[in-house]
Amino acid sequence: MISIQQADFDSATEYRALRETGSGTGAIATFTGLVRDHGDRSGVTGLFLEHYPGMTEKVIGELIDTARMRWDVRQARIIHRVGTLSLNEQIVFVGVSSAHRQDAFAACEYLMDALKTSAPFWKKELTETGEHWVEQKEADLERTQGWQG
Amino acid sequence: MNPEPVGNNTLTVTVCFFARLRENLGMERLTMTVPAESQVSAVLTELASRGGAWTELNSDQPVMMAVNQRMARRSTPLKDRDEVALFPPVTGG
Repeated sequence: MISIQQADFDSATEYRALRETGSGTGAIATFTGLVRDHGDRSGVTGLFLEHYPGMTEKVIGELIDTARMRWDVRQARIIHRVGTLSLNEQIVFVGVSSAHRQDAFAACEYLMDALKTSAPFWKKELTETGEHWVEQKEADLERTQGWQG
Repeated sequence: MNPEPVGNNTLTVTVCFFARLRENLGMERLTMTVPAESQVSAVLTELASRGGAWTELNSDQPVMMAVNQRMARRSTPLKDRDEVALFPPVTGG
């Protein structure tokens, strides 16, 4: 399930839902991304997140389909927030339930890496002296490419 | 009677812009016509010819593109009423 929303989320609620995917589930891996005080520059006071409604959901849906082909994925849950977020707020949640831990870890990490380089979201960092759009990182592209083949 | 005498010689497409591109161009979306059997490159060339901030669309700056919400490239063919999106490299997560 995919949610793009302004509202915050409760990871305990999401974890509980992932546990209820059946008696064959033996592992759950989750990742939560937060707003931190340094990114492309220091002194970040918050983020503004923009996305392309419609395409975002399609792209993430395809990433989940790819993860299901590669690993045992019982349920995948992705939440990504948009709008203005303050320091330490939650930005993104990726949760995967599986029969085995290796599949849960790998699928969760793959989904997060691939989301960063292919889902149409854009971050703007807000600082006390102004705001600037975040640049895509070569290291992020390399991580995503590392999952190919 | 065909109410649109334009016939098949042109395509009308919607173009939308996101993030830094949207801010630099001062525009979220526009509608434009390009010759029939055009590719996405025709949209970029036509818009860049407006000069000013628009020249970014045909420069060294990386521009990602989508057609009907699927990732596309300059050579992707266009159909009438397609939605073309132009945006900087993505930075979510």
